This record gives sequence, C-alpha cells and structure tokens, in this order.
Amino acid sequence: MEGLIPYITEPREDTGLTNGKIGIWLFLASEIMLFGAFFATYIVMRLGADVWPRGWEAQNVPLGTVNTAVLITSSVTMVMAWASLERADLKKFQMFAAATVALGFVFLVIKYIEYTGHFHENMWPRTSTYLAVYFTMTGLHALHVILGMSVNGYFWLAGPSYWAAGDRQLLINRVENAGLFWHFVNIVWIFLFPVLYLL
Amino acid sequence: MEAHGKGMPAHAPGAHAPGAHHEELGFWRKYVFSTDHKTIGIQYTVTGLLFLFFGFTLMMMMRWQLAYPGQPIPLVGALLGDSRAPGGVMLPEFYNQLGAMHGTIMVFLGVVPIGVGGFGNFVLPLQIGAADMAFPRINMMSYQFFVLGGLVMLVSFFLPGGAAQSGWTSYSPLADINPGQTAWGVGMVLIITSSLLGAINFLTTTIQLRAKGMSFWRFPFFVWAQFVTAFLLLLAFPPLEAAAVMQIMDRVAGTSFFLPSGLVVSGQLLPHSGGGNPLLWQHLFWFLAHPEVYVLILPAMGIVAEVIANNTRKPLWGYEPMVYSLLFLGFMSFVVWAHHMFMTGMGNAMATFFQTTTMIISVPSVVILSALFLSLWGGSIRFNTPMLFALAFLPMFGIGGLTGLPLGLISSDIHLHDTYYVIGHFHYVVAPGTIFAFFAGIYYWFPKATGRKLNEALGRIHFWGSFIGMNGVFMPMFWLGLAGVSRRLYDGGVSYAHAQDVLWLHTLSSYSAWFLGLAQLPFIINFFWSLRGGEAVDRNPWHSTTVEWQAASPPPHGNFDHAPVVYRGPYDYSAPGHAEDFVPQTQEA
Amino acid sequence: MENHAANHAADIDRQVRGYMVVFVALLAMTAVTVGVSYLHLEVHHAVEVALVIACFKASLVLLFFMHLISERHVIFVILAFTAAFFLVLMILPILTNLDHIRL
Repeated sequence: MEGLIPYITEPREDTGLTNGKIGIWLFLASEIMLFGAFFATYIVMRLGADVWPRGWEAQNVPLGTVNTAVLITSSVTMVMAWASLERADLKKFQMFAAATVALGFVFLVIKYIEYTGHFHENMWPRTSTYLAVYFTMTGLHALHVILGMSVNGYFWLAGPSYWAAGDRQLLINRVENAGLFWHFVNIVWIFLFPVLYLL
Repeated sequence: MEAHGKGMPAHAPGAHAPGAHHEELGFWRKYVFSTDHKTIGIQYTVTGLLFLFFGFTLMMMMRWQLAYPGQPIPLVGALLGDSRAPGGVMLPEFYNQLGAMHGTIMVFLGVVPIGVGGFGNFVLPLQIGAADMAFPRINMMSYQFFVLGGLVMLVSFFLPGGAAQSGWTSYSPLADINPGQTAWGVGMVLIITSSLLGAINFLTTTIQLRAKGMSFWRFPFFVWAQFVTAFLLLLAFPPLEAAAVMQIMDRVAGTSFFLPSGLVVSGQLLPHSGGGNPLLWQHLFWFLAHPEVYVLILPAMGIVAEVIANNTRKPLWGYEPMVYSLLFLGFMSFVVWAHHMFMTGMGNAMATFFQTTTMIISVPSVVILSALFLSLWGGSIRFNTPMLFALAFLPMFGIGGLTGLPLGLISSDIHLHDTYYVIGHFHYVVAPGTIFAFFAGIYYWFPKATGRKLNEALGRIHFWGSFIGMNGVFMPMFWLGLAGVSRRLYDGGVSYAHAQDVLWLHTLSSYSAWFLGLAQLPFIINFFWSLRGGEAVDRNPWHSTTVEWQAASPPPHGNFDHAPVVYRGPYDYSAPGHAEDFVPQTQEA
Repeated sequence: MENHAANHAADIDRQVRGYMVVFVALLAMTAVTVGVSYLHLEVHHAVEVALVIACFKASLVLLFFMHLISERHVIFVILAFTAAFFLVLMILPILTNLDHIRL
C-alpha cells in the first residue's frame, strides 16, 4: 500500500489539508452530536423532574474543580508535545506526552474516588434521573479519557521509532490529530463540569 | 512524492523502500482481511444480500400468519420449536420478533450496507479516479464492525426470550422491559460504529483523493449522492447511539431515562426511580431514523441516475438542480423527524413546524424524480436489464413518495398513523424503490467487478417477476390502511369488525410475497453462474463516460494504470463533433 | 532554507507564548465559574452565567489549542453544519416537550 494514498504527510494543494486532519475533525463532529444527545437528555430529565439537586448538593465541587484544572493542564502539555515535535525536540515531546498521560491518570483516579464515594452513600445510577445522567455522562467522558490516554501513550512510546525512521512529519501530523481529540475531551468536560457540579 | 505515504504502519515505519514490490498476499489477507476498497465493497454487498434474504425469510413466515392466522406453518413450523411455534403455530411473541428483526435487519444489515458499504465502497474511489479510500485499514474495520453487529443480531434469536420484539423502533417503555432489547442495543452500537467509520472514510476520500481535474461539479451524480449520505450518517447516527446506551442502562443498570414515574407492569408498580421520558427515546430515535430514510434512498437515486444517463445516451437533464436538491434535502432531513410523532400529544406550534418542514422536504425529492423522468425525453433508450430496473424505480418511488404526503399532513395522519398504509408507503420507497435500484446497480457494475456480464434473459425474468411481486405485496396495504387496519397485529386484524371486508388483501399480499421470493431464484442462479460462464467483457462494455470504466475489469490493486486526469463533466453523451456517442471524462480532446 | 526553518521556529515560539496566556485565562475563568457557584444563584441565572463562561473557555481551546484560528475552509464548513444540527438537537426536542397538550 506504500505510496498509493497521497496527502498523508503533505497537505493537498487546494484544500490545504492532510487526510488525517479532515478525518479527525469529522470524527469530532460525530462526537459533538453524541455528547449533544446526552446534553439534550440532561435538559429533558431536569425539566421533567419533581426534584433535582443543585450541583453542590450532590457533588464535591473542590474535587471537581481540581479535575477541571488537571484536564486544562493536560491540554497544555498535549499542545506542547506537538510544538516540541515542530521544534524537532524529541526529548521534550516525550516529556510532555508522558505528562499528558499522567494527568489523564490523575483525572481518572479522582473520578474513581468520587464514584466510590457516591456508591458508599448508596447513590447509584438507578437512584434518580440526576444520578443516571451524572454517571452515564461522566462515565462516557471517562471512557474517552482512557481512549485518549491509550493513543497518547502509544505515541509517547512509539514516537522515537518514527523519529529514527525519518517519519517526522507523519509523527507530527498524528500527534496533532491525537491532540485535537484530547482537546475535544477537555471541551466536553468544560461543559460537563458546570452542568453537573455548579448548576 | 512522499516516500513513506502510507496508512497506519503495522510494522516499524520506513521499513520498506519506496517502490519496493509487495509479495503476493495470502488468501486471508486478500479475501478476508482485505484493505482494498473493491474487496471490501464486494464483502459488504454479498453479506448485505445474505442479510436481505434472511430478513425476507422472516417476512415470509409472518405472511403465512397474516394469510392464515392460527394455522401451523408448513415446512418450517416443526423446526421452530415450542418456544416459538408450538404445534407449528407461531406465538404472538415470535410474530413480534419476526416483525422487529425483519425491519432492523433489512434497514441496518441489508440496505445500508449494500447501498453505502457495497456500492459506495466499490464505485466511489473508481469514479473519482482514486487508488483506494483515504483510510484503507479503517475501511476494513468498518466492515468487521458491521459483521460483528450482524452476528449479535442473529444470535439474539437464541437468547432466552428471543430476539427484540418491540418493533424496529424499540419504543420505551416497552423496549425497556421486553426480552431481546439489550442484544439489539449492543448490535446497534456496533452497526453505528461501522457506519461512522465508513462515513469518515467516504467524506475524506471524496474531498481529498479526487483525481486532477475532478472538481466537485464534475462528479457523477452517484458521487454527490454518496457524499450527502455520508454526512447524514456522520451527524445523525450518534444520537441513536446515545439513546441505545441509555436504553441498555435502563435495562441493565436500572436507570429511568425513558421510564416515567408510576409505571405499572402486569399489575405491579415498577421499582424504578421514575422521572424519565418515553418521548425522549422517540426524539433521539427519529432524529436518526428520519435522515436514515434518506440514507436508504440517496445511493439508490445515485445508481438510477448513472444507469439512466448511460442508457439514454444523453446527459442527465437538470444535473445542477439535482445536486442542489440533494444538498437541500440532506439539510432539511434533520428538521422533519417529529412527523413520525404527530400522535404523541404534540401541541399545535411544534406540530405545525414539523408539518411545514415535511412539506418543504418533498420539493427536492420531486425535483430529482422529475429530472430523472425528463432525462428520458429524446433519449436513445437501451432496454437492458439495469435500465429496466432503473426505469421501474421511477414510478415506484413516485408512488412511495406521493403516499407519504397524507402521512406528513397531520389531519390525514390522524387516520393513517400506525396502519398498513404506512407500511405500504415506506415499502414502496425502499423495496421496489431502493432495492430495484440496487438490482440495477448490480447488473450494471457486475462486469466491472468480475469482467463478465450477467445473463440478460434471466435478468428479464428476474425483473418482471420482481415487478409484479412487489406491487402485489404492497399495493393492497394502502387499502388495508385506509380501512383502518393497524400495523403490527399478530392476527392481521381478524378480531376487528372494521377489518373483515379487507382481510382477503392479506392473502393477496402473502401469495405475492412468496411469488416475489421465487422470482429471486433466476437472479441467484444468474449471479453464481455468470461469475464463470457470463459473457466476458473488456473495460467499458456499456460505453459509459464515467471514470470507473477506464480501469480494467476487474481493476487491479491501485485501480488505474496511471493516475487519471479529468477534462470534462460526467455525462458527455451524444456530443456533436465526436465519432462515438460518448466521450469519457478522462478524454482530453 | 535556513530562513524558512528560522521563521518556522519563531512561529512555534509565538504560538507557545499564546498557549501560556490561554492556559492562565482558562484557569482564571474556571476560578470565576466556581466562585460564582458559591453565590447559589437561582437556576436560570446560574445557567446563563455558567454557559457563557463555558462557551468562552471552549472557544479558547478551539481557537488556540485546536488551531481553529488558522484552520482551512473545509473544516469550518464541517463544523458549521455540525453546530447547526447540534442546536437543532438541543432545542427542538425540548420545545416539543414544552408544547405538549395538557389535558
């Protein structure tokens, strides 16, 4: 299949884009619709509920705030990982890629603490529609965090072999596209956090 | 030229020097785990046809129950077992399974995989002059997800309680508590994943991999149709995926997304938190399922356009209005869905909104259909088998479309909703509509895929048998519906006074359905026989203008001898000043 | 050739400085939105404030981290249609629910 498919490393002249860049944005478009359905569900559930807790009554706001800061920072390390590759600094890239994965891990640990805390207080998805929405949306979001961590982890480990083989532009493009996915996961949380914790 | 321009490396990148020769791929890599769009297209088509025939079999059993309610099913009755048909007489629960799975399988495992996965995959890269899809490995994965989803759906028949039995629409709250739905939901998630991956591939490929000179306004109409279809799949499927996840949560985790408070089942109050909304399921389902019907018809229109242009030896009439109509149709399809929900207690404002958008969306459909009809005027029509199916598509889709209008108007929908009229309407569009277009496409592109033509005599028998059969099955349903006979009735309406005079129409439909099944035998025989014994053809047996006919039949890996360059529009037929009555898009002077 | 490489490096450096500014802005707005929540505003006011801040934060991530500010036409077309249908999905089911016949 070598050489058969153009515009993987270099962009096509008239669109100015590589295939992967378009592909990842199309994927994100579908994800926007996926999470959109859940946000619409949230609104319908809340409007139809007799009682609906205020965010701070049901959630640990400081813990959620920390997690928000964690994800925001991980977006910075992610984009710095890409920038390091653009500056041909492989070592910096590996550091930032590892940091991004580590911050994702911290996010999941905090989520785990929150979930088990809820379960200990007998708060389960079946307990109320608020909790159903909370667990389903944060659960789906967490699955996306895991997916992002896996992809970033792969590039952290495989990056050097791309570099050594001279596939630098390919790695730069793929890390940029992986970054787009990661930033999207951050954006979902930017909306999810106030909706579930602060309203 | 990039030395390492390849997809995801399975090995260390750069291990192959540029231009290095591939060893011949083994059987498994070539035929089972292929990343070549042509092989994947054939896989999708064959698998889709198998599912289509299976779904048809389910329906043939239903038709027995409708023609002879309470009678033991001949031949298969004994095989079904006591849990489904004790003494060979179908249980109501099994009838419901047949109904729900017939719909699910035909729509999601038959028509879409053939129309998009099959025809789209095989033809689109060739028609735009590309070597393959932009993401060949993702293409393979999308086929695999489709097969996985299909297997889950098939296996669900053997789970305790049987397969899903709440209609293909799986409305809550019934679907939250009925058997078979969890498997249905899991199957749907896998199928949706397949479609999303495919849509990403189609859109990227169309934008990025078209040949030099292939501008958007030189696309064959088929390419435009696939392009809009891919957008519909990309943006409309995710909400159904979300809904399926939530319905699974309701069933497995005890949530109440779609379960209202105070729900009583078999005399017992359901121990759920309540507070959920069954209508939310309907909104999320139809948000997909309405664009889905355009996913079902657009590839078909694309196929019919190609076959008509080719067999009238004339350019399509109104190509530009047709394209604009496609784009407008795609956009509008996202804002009409609640016309499936007119009977749910909507207020006047929203009902009027959806009625209005529904009336508006009929316009582009009419433009496209009219343009196709007008394209026949003054043509030198060749009545080969693909053309027979393409021509029949036109009035059949016309009937399907026109019978949709009383459903889109609220006042008449009150009477017709959930009756056999609806079943007649949508089957006309999708059965003698889309499936006829698929037959046209198979007869038309079989030579490109195999290097041989299908037999014309068998093709004609297949056509006439199918045409008579289709109309025999579905035309009576309009009368049944107008008389008020509800759909999804196990006894077909036997216990209702208002149905007594029209029950004989069920028998007519049933015999037509069995005849329709027999009429497919010439096609099946033709298909397999022609693979070896069909008339051998060269690159362009139909003398077509579009780019896929410049490749060998079948095309090799990479498709073209050298990258095609496009110099003209897609339908340069009977152009003055040329020796031949067609000028290929790749011909310069 | 060296000029091109030098320009490229300077480009990236400028972008990185921008990322740091965005980082600080995002953290600051997070602090604001959490702080406002402690005011325990009425729900519809709380929603307005939170949504505005969240949209602003999301825009920063989109424009700068995701490079939308310098992205190509094709991407904008994809996102524009997505945004339109996203809004349809948010608004129409709720409007339909609210417009329900009450017996």
